[in-house]
Amino acid sequence: MSLGPYASFIVTSYALVAAVVLLLIVWIVADYRRQQARLKEIEASGITRRSGRSAADIR
Amino acid sequence: MTLTATLTDLANPTRFLALTARILPWLAGVTAILLAIGLYQSAMAPDDYQQGATVKIMFIHVPNAWLSMFVWGVMSVAALGTLVWRHPLADVAAKAAAPIGAAFTFLALVTGSLWGRPMWGTYWEWDARLTSVLILFLMYLGLMALWRAVEDPSRAARAAAVLTLVGAINIPIIKFSVDWWNTLHQPASVLRMGGSTLDKAFLWPLLVMAIAFSLLFVTLHLAAMRNEILRRRVRSLQMMQASRVAFASEAGAGAKEIGAA
Repeated sequence: MSLGPYASFIVTSYALVAAVVLLLIVWIVADYRRQQARLKEIEASGITRRSGRSAADIR
Repeated sequence: MTLTATLTDLANPTRFLALTARILPWLAGVTAILLAIGLYQSAMAPDDYQQGATVKIMFIHVPNAWLSMFVWGVMSVAALGTLVWRHPLADVAAKAAAPIGAAFTFLALVTGSLWGRPMWGTYWEWDARLTSVLILFLMYLGLMALWRAVEDPSRAARAAAVLTLVGAINIPIIKFSVDWWNTLHQPASVLRMGGSTLDKAFLWPLLVMAIAFSLLFVTLHLAAMRNEILRRRVRSLQMMQASRVAFASEAGAGAKEIGAA
Protein backbone atom coordinates (compact mmCIF):
# COMPACT_ATOMS: atom_id res chain seq x y z
CA MET A 1 0.00 0.00 0.00
CA SER A 2 1.63 3.21 -1.20
CA LEU A 3 0.51 6.46 0.43
CA GLY A 4 2.01 8.73 -2.20
CA PRO A 5 3.74 12.08 -1.75
CA TYR A 6 1.49 13.15 1.15
CA ALA A 7 2.09 10.06 3.30
CA SER A 8 3.24 12.16 6.27
CA PHE A 9 -0.13 14.02 6.35
CA ILE A 10 -2.07 10.73 6.26
CA VAL A 11 0.08 8.98 8.88
CA THR A 12 0.03 12.03 11.19
CA SER A 13 -3.78 12.22 10.96
CA TYR A 14 -4.27 8.55 11.88
CA ALA A 15 -1.62 8.67 14.62
CA LEU A 16 -3.20 11.77 16.16
CA VAL A 17 -6.69 10.23 16.17
CA ALA A 18 -5.30 7.04 17.76
CA ALA A 19 -3.42 9.06 20.41
CA VAL A 20 -6.42 11.22 21.37
CA VAL A 21 -8.83 8.25 21.50
CA LEU A 22 -6.31 6.32 23.62
CA LEU A 23 -5.91 9.33 25.92
CA LEU A 24 -9.69 9.54 26.35
CA ILE A 25 -9.88 5.84 27.25
CA VAL A 26 -6.97 6.07 29.73
CA TRP A 27 -8.44 9.23 31.32
CA ILE A 28 -11.89 7.63 31.78
CA VAL A 29 -10.47 4.39 33.23
CA ALA A 30 -8.14 6.32 35.58
CA ASP A 31 -11.02 8.58 36.67
CA TYR A 32 -13.17 5.53 37.47
CA ARG A 33 -10.40 4.02 39.62
CA ARG A 34 -9.84 7.36 41.38
CA GLN A 35 -13.53 7.75 42.27
CA GLN A 36 -13.78 4.14 43.50
CA ALA A 37 -10.69 4.63 45.69
CA ARG A 38 -12.09 7.88 47.16
CA LEU A 39 -15.46 6.21 47.91
CA LYS A 40 -13.77 3.27 49.66
CA GLU A 41 -11.58 5.67 51.64
CA ILE A 42 -14.58 7.69 52.85
CA GLU A 43 -16.59 4.57 53.67
CA ALA A 44 -13.64 3.17 55.60
CA SER A 45 -13.83 6.25 57.84
CA GLY A 46 -17.38 5.23 58.83
CA ILE A 47 -19.44 7.45 56.52
CA THR A 48 -22.08 5.45 54.66
CA ARG A 49 -25.08 6.19 52.44
CA ARG A 50 -28.55 6.40 53.98
CA SER A 51 -29.51 3.21 52.11
CA GLY A 52 -26.68 1.42 53.88
CA ARG A 53 -25.41 0.12 50.54
CA SER A 54 -21.81 0.71 49.61
CA ALA A 55 -21.48 3.67 47.22
CA ALA A 56 -18.68 1.85 45.45
CA ASP A 57 -20.97 -1.13 44.76
CA ILE A 58 -22.20 -0.65 41.20
CA ARG A 59 -23.66 -4.07 40.42
CA MET B 1 -41.74 -1.41 28.15
CA THR B 2 -42.44 2.10 26.86
CA LEU B 3 -39.72 4.69 26.34
CA THR B 4 -41.08 6.78 29.23
CA ALA B 5 -40.99 3.78 31.55
CA THR B 6 -37.42 2.98 30.47
CA LEU B 7 -36.30 6.58 31.08
CA THR B 8 -38.03 6.63 34.47
CA ASP B 9 -36.36 3.34 35.36
CA LEU B 10 -32.95 4.74 34.33
CA ALA B 11 -33.55 7.87 36.42
CA ASN B 12 -32.30 5.81 39.33
CA PRO B 13 -28.48 6.15 39.21
CA THR B 14 -28.01 2.79 40.97
CA ARG B 15 -30.05 1.03 38.29
CA PHE B 16 -28.15 2.95 35.60
CA LEU B 17 -24.82 1.83 37.07
CA ALA B 18 -25.97 -1.78 37.23
CA LEU B 19 -27.25 -1.75 33.65
CA THR B 20 -24.15 -0.08 32.19
CA ALA B 21 -21.87 -2.50 34.09
CA ARG B 22 -23.53 -5.30 32.11
CA ILE B 23 -23.62 -3.68 28.65
CA LEU B 24 -20.30 -1.77 28.58
CA PRO B 25 -18.03 -4.80 27.93
CA TRP B 26 -20.25 -5.83 24.98
CA LEU B 27 -20.34 -2.30 23.59
CA ALA B 28 -16.55 -2.00 23.88
CA GLY B 29 -16.11 -5.35 22.11
CA VAL B 30 -18.43 -4.47 19.20
CA THR B 31 -16.76 -1.04 18.88
CA ALA B 32 -13.28 -2.60 18.72
CA ILE B 33 -14.39 -5.12 16.06
CA LEU B 34 -16.10 -2.44 13.93
CA LEU B 35 -13.08 -0.12 14.25
CA ALA B 36 -10.79 -2.94 13.10
CA ILE B 37 -13.05 -3.67 10.09
CA GLY B 38 -13.32 0.04 9.26
CA LEU B 39 -9.56 0.59 9.47
CA TYR B 40 -8.92 -2.45 7.26
CA GLN B 41 -11.45 -1.23 4.67
CA SER B 42 -9.95 2.28 4.82
CA ALA B 43 -6.46 0.89 4.20
CA MET B 44 -7.71 -1.20 1.28
CA ALA B 45 -9.81 1.58 -0.31
CA PRO B 46 -8.53 2.67 -3.74
CA ASP B 47 -6.86 6.03 -4.34
CA ASP B 48 -9.09 8.86 -5.53
CA TYR B 49 -8.49 9.98 -9.12
CA GLN B 50 -7.89 13.57 -7.95
CA GLN B 51 -6.74 13.31 -4.32
CA GLY B 52 -4.73 10.10 -4.55
CA ALA B 53 -4.14 8.36 -1.18
CA THR B 54 -4.93 11.57 0.72
CA VAL B 55 -8.60 10.55 0.48
CA LYS B 56 -7.85 8.12 3.35
CA ILE B 57 -7.93 11.08 5.76
CA MET B 58 -11.66 11.35 4.96
CA PHE B 59 -12.34 8.04 6.79
CA ILE B 60 -11.29 9.59 10.11
CA HIS B 61 -12.05 13.26 9.47
CA VAL B 62 -15.72 12.86 8.53
CA PRO B 63 -16.74 10.60 11.51
CA ASN B 64 -15.08 13.05 13.91
CA ALA B 65 -16.79 16.00 12.22
CA TRP B 66 -20.20 14.25 12.40
CA LEU B 67 -19.67 13.40 16.05
CA SER B 68 -18.60 16.94 16.94
CA MET B 69 -22.14 18.04 16.00
CA PHE B 70 -23.94 14.89 17.18
CA VAL B 71 -22.45 15.15 20.69
CA TRP B 72 -23.69 18.74 20.98
CA GLY B 73 -27.10 17.42 19.87
CA VAL B 74 -27.01 14.82 22.66
CA MET B 75 -26.04 17.56 25.12
CA SER B 76 -28.93 19.72 23.90
CA VAL B 77 -31.44 16.92 24.54
CA ALA B 78 -29.84 16.44 27.97
CA ALA B 79 -30.14 20.21 28.57
CA LEU B 80 -33.89 19.94 27.90
CA GLY B 81 -33.93 17.00 30.33
CA THR B 82 -32.34 19.24 32.97
CA LEU B 83 -34.54 22.29 32.42
CA VAL B 84 -37.90 20.73 31.48
CA TRP B 85 -38.12 17.21 32.90
CA ARG B 86 -35.51 17.63 35.68
CA HIS B 87 -34.24 14.13 34.94
CA PRO B 88 -31.59 13.23 37.57
CA LEU B 89 -29.18 11.89 34.97
CA ALA B 90 -29.64 14.65 32.38
CA ASP B 91 -26.90 16.93 33.72
CA VAL B 92 -24.68 13.90 34.35
CA ALA B 93 -25.10 12.97 30.67
CA ALA B 94 -24.35 16.50 29.42
CA LYS B 95 -21.32 17.01 31.65
CA ALA B 96 -19.86 13.61 30.76
CA ALA B 97 -20.34 14.22 27.01
CA ALA B 98 -18.61 17.62 26.85
CA PRO B 99 -14.92 16.55 27.02
CA ILE B 100 -15.58 13.70 24.56
CA GLY B 101 -17.30 16.11 22.16
CA ALA B 102 -14.41 18.55 22.55
CA ALA B 103 -11.94 15.78 21.68
CA PHE B 104 -13.89 14.80 18.53
CA THR B 105 -14.15 18.45 17.46
CA PHE B 106 -10.41 18.95 18.02
CA LEU B 107 -9.72 15.88 15.87
CA ALA B 108 -12.10 17.09 13.15
CA LEU B 109 -10.28 20.45 13.05
CA VAL B 110 -6.76 18.99 13.01
CA THR B 111 -7.42 16.17 10.54
CA GLY B 112 -9.28 18.66 8.33
CA SER B 113 -6.29 20.96 8.49
CA LEU B 114 -3.91 18.12 7.62
CA TRP B 115 -6.18 17.17 4.71
CA GLY B 116 -6.51 20.79 3.60
CA ARG B 117 -2.77 21.50 3.28
CA PRO B 118 -2.12 19.09 0.37
CA MET B 119 -5.58 19.61 -1.22
CA TRP B 120 -6.18 23.36 -0.81
CA GLY B 121 -2.60 24.51 -0.27
CA THR B 122 -3.35 25.85 3.20
CA TYR B 123 -3.80 24.48 6.71
CA TRP B 124 -6.43 27.04 7.63
CA GLU B 125 -8.86 29.46 6.02
CA TRP B 126 -11.27 31.71 7.90
CA ASP B 127 -14.26 30.49 5.90
CA ALA B 128 -17.73 29.77 7.25
CA ARG B 129 -17.37 25.99 7.82
CA LEU B 130 -13.95 26.04 9.48
CA THR B 131 -14.73 29.09 11.61
CA SER B 132 -18.11 27.75 12.81
CA VAL B 133 -16.47 24.43 13.83
CA LEU B 134 -13.74 26.35 15.69
CA ILE B 135 -16.51 28.25 17.51
CA LEU B 136 -18.10 24.89 18.41
CA PHE B 137 -14.76 23.74 19.88
CA LEU B 138 -14.47 26.93 21.94
CA MET B 139 -18.05 26.47 23.16
CA TYR B 140 -17.21 22.94 24.38
CA LEU B 141 -14.23 24.38 26.31
CA GLY B 142 -16.41 27.19 27.72
CA LEU B 143 -19.03 24.72 28.97
CA MET B 144 -16.37 22.55 30.61
CA ALA B 145 -14.97 25.64 32.33
CA LEU B 146 -18.46 26.63 33.51
CA TRP B 147 -19.07 23.23 35.15
CA ARG B 148 -15.73 23.55 36.93
CA ALA B 149 -16.25 27.16 37.98
CA VAL B 150 -19.65 26.76 39.70
CA GLU B 151 -19.34 24.66 42.84
CA ASP B 152 -23.04 23.89 43.38
CA PRO B 153 -23.90 21.14 40.82
CA SER B 154 -27.59 22.11 40.47
CA ARG B 155 -26.75 25.78 39.73
CA ALA B 156 -24.02 24.72 37.31
CA ALA B 157 -26.48 22.32 35.64
CA ARG B 158 -29.05 25.03 34.90
CA ALA B 159 -26.48 27.54 33.63
CA ALA B 160 -24.80 24.90 31.45
CA ALA B 161 -28.17 23.73 30.08
CA VAL B 162 -29.12 27.27 29.00
CA LEU B 163 -25.71 27.81 27.40
CA THR B 164 -25.94 24.45 25.60
CA LEU B 165 -29.34 25.30 24.12
CA VAL B 166 -28.12 28.73 23.00
CA GLY B 167 -25.04 27.09 21.46
CA ALA B 168 -27.23 24.61 19.57
CA ILE B 169 -27.96 27.43 17.09
CA ASN B 170 -24.44 26.85 15.79
CA ILE B 171 -25.19 23.26 14.68
CA PRO B 172 -27.42 24.08 11.65
CA ILE B 173 -25.02 26.93 10.84
CA ILE B 174 -22.14 24.40 10.64
CA LYS B 175 -24.22 21.93 8.61
CA PHE B 176 -25.51 24.43 6.05
CA SER B 177 -22.52 26.81 6.01
CA VAL B 178 -21.25 25.18 2.82
CA ASP B 179 -24.59 25.90 1.10
CA TRP B 180 -25.24 29.37 2.52
CA TRP B 181 -21.77 30.84 1.94
CA ASN B 182 -19.03 30.48 -0.60
CA THR B 183 -16.50 28.34 1.28
CA LEU B 184 -13.29 26.49 0.55
CA HIS B 185 -14.81 23.40 2.16
CA GLN B 186 -16.59 21.01 -0.21
CA PRO B 187 -20.42 20.75 0.00
CA ALA B 188 -22.15 17.75 1.62
CA SER B 189 -21.46 14.55 -0.30
CA VAL B 190 -23.01 11.83 1.91
CA LEU B 191 -26.05 13.21 3.77
CA ARG B 192 -27.66 15.25 1.00
CA MET B 193 -30.86 15.45 -1.03
CA GLY B 194 -30.58 13.10 -4.00
CA GLY B 195 -28.31 10.63 -2.21
CA SER B 196 -24.58 10.26 -1.75
CA THR B 197 -22.19 11.36 -4.49
CA LEU B 198 -19.44 9.10 -3.12
CA ASP B 199 -18.42 5.94 -4.92
CA LYS B 200 -19.26 2.74 -2.99
CA ALA B 201 -15.54 1.97 -2.66
CA PHE B 202 -15.28 5.04 -0.39
CA LEU B 203 -18.83 5.11 1.00
CA TRP B 204 -18.74 1.69 2.72
CA PRO B 205 -15.49 2.20 4.68
CA LEU B 206 -16.75 5.67 5.62
CA LEU B 207 -20.09 4.34 6.91
CA VAL B 208 -18.39 1.53 8.88
CA MET B 209 -15.98 4.06 10.43
CA ALA B 210 -18.87 6.42 11.20
CA ILE B 211 -20.80 3.64 12.99
CA ALA B 212 -17.62 2.51 14.81
CA PHE B 213 -16.87 6.05 16.02
CA SER B 214 -20.51 6.55 17.05
CA LEU B 215 -20.35 3.35 19.11
CA LEU B 216 -17.02 4.55 20.52
CA PHE B 217 -18.78 7.70 21.67
CA VAL B 218 -21.66 5.74 23.26
CA THR B 219 -19.16 3.48 25.08
CA LEU B 220 -17.00 6.36 26.34
CA HIS B 221 -20.05 8.43 27.24
CA LEU B 222 -21.66 5.70 29.35
CA ALA B 223 -18.34 5.06 31.10
CA ALA B 224 -17.85 8.79 31.76
CA MET B 225 -21.44 9.05 33.08
CA ARG B 226 -20.67 6.28 35.58
CA ASN B 227 -17.61 8.24 36.72
CA GLU B 228 -19.71 11.40 37.13
CA ILE B 229 -22.30 9.54 39.25
CA LEU B 230 -19.50 8.18 41.46
CA ARG B 231 -17.97 11.70 41.70
CA ARG B 232 -21.33 13.06 42.95
CA ARG B 233 -21.57 10.23 45.48
CA VAL B 234 -18.08 11.15 46.71
CA ARG B 235 -19.20 14.78 47.04
CA SER B 236 -22.35 13.94 49.03
CA LEU B 237 -20.44 11.58 51.34
CA GLN B 238 -17.76 14.25 51.87
CA MET B 239 -20.50 16.74 52.81
CA MET B 240 -21.95 14.21 55.29
CA GLN B 241 -18.45 13.75 56.69
CA ALA B 242 -17.94 17.52 57.00
CA SER B 243 -21.31 18.04 58.72
CA ARG B 244 -20.54 15.23 61.20
CA VAL B 245 -17.18 16.81 62.03
CA ALA B 246 -18.86 20.22 62.49
CA PHE B 247 -21.59 18.69 64.68
CA ALA B 248 -19.00 16.81 66.79
CA SER B 249 -16.88 19.94 67.34
CA GLU B 250 -20.00 21.99 68.24
CA ALA B 251 -21.11 19.31 70.71
CA GLY B 252 -17.58 19.23 72.17
CA ALA B 253 -17.57 23.03 72.61
CA GLY B 254 -21.04 22.88 74.22
CA ALA B 255 -19.93 20.21 76.71
CA LYS B 256 -16.86 22.32 77.67
CA GLU B 257 -19.08 25.37 78.29
CA ILE B 258 -21.42 23.32 80.53
CA GLY B 259 -18.38 21.92 82.40
CA ALA B 260 -16.95 25.43 82.91
CA ALA B 261 -20.31 26.69 84.25
